[in-house]
Amino acid sequence: MKFTSISGLYDSRSWLYLGIATAVLCLLFPIMNMLVPEGSIFHISDYTVALSGKILCYAIVALAIDLVWGYTGILSLGHGLFFAIGGYAFGMYLMRQIGHDGSYHSDLPDFMVFLDWKAYPWYWKFTDHFWYAMLLVVLVPGVLAFIFGYFAFRSRIKGVYFSIITQAMTYAFMLLFFRNETGFGGNNGFTDFKRLLGYDITTPHMRLVLFVLTGLTLITLLLVSRAIVSSKFGRVLTAIRDAESRVMFSGYNPLHYKLAIWTFSAMVCGIAGALYVPQVGIINPSEMSPSNSIEIAIWAAVGGRGTLIGPLVGAGVVNGMKSYFTEAFPEYWLYFLGLLFVLSTLYLPQGVLGLVNKIKAKKIAKAQAIAAQTEGA
Amino acid sequence: MTKQNSGITRYLFALMVFVSVYSSQAWALTPQQKAILSTGDNDTRIAALNQVSAEGDVSAIPYLQAILDDAIKLKDKQIFMVGDSAVTDVLTGKEVELPEDAEDIINNNQMRGELDATIASLNLLSTDTKVRLESAKSLLGTDPSAGRLALIKKVEATEEDSKVKATLAQVRASIEISSPDKATRLAAVDELGDSANPNNKQILASRLEADGEQDPEVKEAIQAALKSIENHMATYDKIGQVFTGISLGSILLLAALGLAVTYGLMGVINMAHGEMMMIGAYATYIVQNLFLHYLPNYFGWYLILSIPFAFMVTAIIGVIIERLVLRHLYGRPLETLLATWGVSLMLMQLVRSVFGAQNVSVENPSWMSGGLQLTANLILPNNRIYIIAFAALVLLMMWLLITKTRLGLFIRAVTQNRGMASCTGVNTSKVDAMAFGLGSGIAGLAGVALSQVGNVGPALGQSYIVDSFMVVVLGGVGQLAGAVYAAMGLGIVSKFLEGIAGAVLAKIFVLVIIIIFIQKRPQGLFAFKGRSLD
Amino acid sequence: MVEQKISESGATTSISAGHILQPGVLDTSHGVVLYMEDITVSFDGFRALNNLSLAIDVGELRCIIGPNGAGKTTLQDVITGKTRPDSGSVFFGQTLDCSKMTEPQIAQAGIGRKFQKPTVFENHTVFENLELAIKANKGVWNSLFGKLTGEQKDRISEILETINLASLYQWRAGLLSHGQKQWLEIGMLLAQEPRLLLLDEPVAGMTDHETERTAELLNSLAGKHSLMVVEHDMDFVNSIARKVTVLHQGSVLAEGTMDQVQNNEQVIEVYLGR
Repeated sequence: MKFTSISGLYDSRSWLYLGIATAVLCLLFPIMNMLVPEGSIFHISDYTVALSGKILCYAIVALAIDLVWGYTGILSLGHGLFFAIGGYAFGMYLMRQIGHDGSYHSDLPDFMVFLDWKAYPWYWKFTDHFWYAMLLVVLVPGVLAFIFGYFAFRSRIKGVYFSIITQAMTYAFMLLFFRNETGFGGNNGFTDFKRLLGYDITTPHMRLVLFVLTGLTLITLLLVSRAIVSSKFGRVLTAIRDAESRVMFSGYNPLHYKLAIWTFSAMVCGIAGALYVPQVGIINPSEMSPSNSIEIAIWAAVGGRGTLIGPLVGAGVVNGMKSYFTEAFPEYWLYFLGLLFVLSTLYLPQGVLGLVNKIKAKKIAKAQAIAAQTEGA
Repeated sequence: MTKQNSGITRYLFALMVFVSVYSSQAWALTPQQKAILSTGDNDTRIAALNQVSAEGDVSAIPYLQAILDDAIKLKDKQIFMVGDSAVTDVLTGKEVELPEDAEDIINNNQMRGELDATIASLNLLSTDTKVRLESAKSLLGTDPSAGRLALIKKVEATEEDSKVKATLAQVRASIEISSPDKATRLAAVDELGDSANPNNKQILASRLEADGEQDPEVKEAIQAALKSIENHMATYDKIGQVFTGISLGSILLLAALGLAVTYGLMGVINMAHGEMMMIGAYATYIVQNLFLHYLPNYFGWYLILSIPFAFMVTAIIGVIIERLVLRHLYGRPLETLLATWGVSLMLMQLVRSVFGAQNVSVENPSWMSGGLQLTANLILPNNRIYIIAFAALVLLMMWLLITKTRLGLFIRAVTQNRGMASCTGVNTSKVDAMAFGLGSGIAGLAGVALSQVGNVGPALGQSYIVDSFMVVVLGGVGQLAGAVYAAMGLGIVSKFLEGIAGAVLAKIFVLVIIIIFIQKRPQGLFAFKGRSLD
Repeated sequence: MVEQKISESGATTSISAGHILQPGVLDTSHGVVLYMEDITVSFDGFRALNNLSLAIDVGELRCIIGPNGAGKTTLQDVITGKTRPDSGSVFFGQTLDCSKMTEPQIAQAGIGRKFQKPTVFENHTVFENLELAIKANKGVWNSLFGKLTGEQKDRISEILETINLASLYQWRAGLLSHGQKQWLEIGMLLAQEPRLLLLDEPVAGMTDHETERTAELLNSLAGKHSLMVVEHDMDFVNSIARKVTVLHQGSVLAEGTMDQVQNNEQVIEVYLGR
């Protein structure tokens, strides 16, 4: 088993950009937040750090959806579910960490005391151990995705039907988690976290650490995804997207491939969710709402699917605008978002990145034409 | 022994007075009678009441009503009746001044009950069927009195109206159940057990208490009768559930029918479909308000007018969406999904800006409220009945349009083979626009129906979009029949599950069932079978 | 005695006294590579295949002709597992029951199919198309971590030469002409190293020159591979056919050499015309 060399993943220019991005995230941000004094224009406020961390989590989700949609042609409108479940899994650990500092000063989280429960339900066992929670973060969305994907792909459900079924899936789980009896905090969810691994979770230090961690995770996952799509496996995925019957008649079993990337994508979402929850400080069932998952799809569409980088850009742009609008012109945000959906599907089928590439290609073609002319002349 | 004696003595005394009085005057209360009814202890008064009802003296009703209304006052030996204009002395019949220290008659609850029941039983002799029915109904569940029994039996024997007769029979049985004669009791138990009336349950159950029925045979009969009533009630409950299921199914059908046109025939995933329904509901709201302002006397008609209005509005919006957005996205279902989602966001926000984010109230016109009472515990609400009929009508019109008209022919042609249709001269882009307008218009009609049974707010469409798509996925693409069966089936199954597991779990079960069904039969209930490359 | 006989199995054309059939392994010891017996397929009441029986020998180049709607494509669907027959049996060799295998399994067992409409991977390069098709372990793990062996790379170069696309190996397949796409698809088929090739109208839309070349190629393949070619172009059929089967309304109308078939009264009436 030989790995394709890591350096072969990107050309040197791209490595440079990647390096710069890493430096910005891991060095520049922390410096501008911690060392530069407030009031200076180079200061990055704690609020900006938190917001950026949140957006980075969304970027990871966008990466996940690009793998299944951009590369394999499976439009999932339920990825928010895997994100939320990862968040809940880690949230369980954080709730445990509150210890006795809740309003009721008991072993159990407040919402359980409120429901008159005397002990943790069986599925909460071991969640006070960090590594177990980490395992849940990856395994639960993975297993769920595997089971769902197995049954869906096996019966050759494709295209729009599949998308609708994923909506139904996330909707059903949202309803389930809204119920208090499910043991996940009902419609309030988990909140009021105090500690993580013994450290106070509310300090700016912790914020920064989580931010840098998220950034590094994003870059790592980006490289892993890049490795995947550059391998033969990746080419089979795009082949499945373009002509699934030919893929079958060439001897590949699309079920295995789809299932593999689908499960991986779900696990990536779970990780994103786990990084999201301590930064935002709350997780509740509205993360599983059908509209959330549809918004995820638009990040990829706006950025440019099938490029890995595009969706990251899309996630950043759309969520950045969302933050801006919901503060400055809250009544207009939904108009803007709606318009974004419509315009990007009509005029930007390749997304922003596609547009950029087109412009570049035009420039090159122009330059070539001019060169040819001057040669001929 | 002494108490009993004095009670019996008093009763005999009262009886003597009555007999003497009764023999002198046939159909009116004498002053003496009035005196006895208004003064003295309760037992005597009640005995007097019984006598009045046994005789069927209808003219006594106003006086009894006066006692109930606290219009009779006492002072010393005088009795005053306070009328609208003047005060009369009851014993002399003359107009007098009401003394300031005149006291009210004390009527405790038992007395009031007896007065009510006596008035009711006298009303049984009324010539107005409605009055008789109301009175009979009001006698159900009152304490049985032997005196009243005689009257009731008399009326029942000659009663012609079936409803009144049945109610009287029930009342009689509820009295006879405490009869000293065992055979009568058994007969009464049988009668009460035959019906599905929950009131009878009460009557029968109270007989089983410690101070009630003693005879074991009758007790057994009562148990059996109770069981029979419970079974009846359960059956009617089930029927009620099925009805609600059909009602929900008819609403789902209306919602999904439009989608069956746009998705089933045209292949367009319209995520703004729910918003079309919402706009239809708001259109109804607008018409309602217009009627409230300008034609308040014809308020009941607003619903009729809303139907074409809502259809027009949503159809036009649909055509606009098709022209501006969808036309460029044919053959790309995933993109249409996203684009129409964007449209839905904008529509929702628009409605919020214009009408506010709160729910608005749409009232049922009077002919829609109330219900059809089938049995004591089964009422089928009128508005749901009308909606089922409406849905059936819309389905029929749709079917006629698709199969019998030229437009329907063109729509079918374009959806089956666009290129060929265009070659034969069909203006495909016009047909597209009209088909999408049709689908949206039907969604608008669904909104009109929804406004009558639920809340109207900007998020109305959201709760139906998942359900509508489930109907279309289940029913299969390309046929209307699939949508019909799927909608009905989903409606009924949802309601049943709701009864068992509660609304949330029911919804989850339904979704899981659909997902599993799709595994087995990915093309839905009805789909075109045939060769396709992919 | 028994051991001797077992060791003789696996040979494709030698006739042994008898051997034990191994399930899951292609066994053509009787000289027949495809058996179809009494196949019936109905769609919604319409009988696409009606008690059809057909057998193809090892190394044969069989042409299937017939009017539209005769069931030619459905026939190939049944063989490759895309459609399951309502009744009847289809066997690849002695042991492999196609009606019980999935499409990828059938492809891996050695049946390659070329579609009527050229289906290549438009967003991949010509090289990548062949790389995807080349006979190899097609599992997920291998695709993630495996690499092309030298042998495989050579094979791909060979095929590129054969299909005349050697200079275009870096081009995106979507940019090829129609005829070139057809050839690419044939190339992908060759890369799979199938025992049986099913070709559905391989020269549709090709120029005369390309058609000639295709005939040459198919003729050179016969013998090492078995081929079933569905075609309408009678000249082309003439240039490659040894044995021809005429299909009509879902069953075999006539079978024989081109001459025999062309002179068959029924065939003339139904299909070829006078």
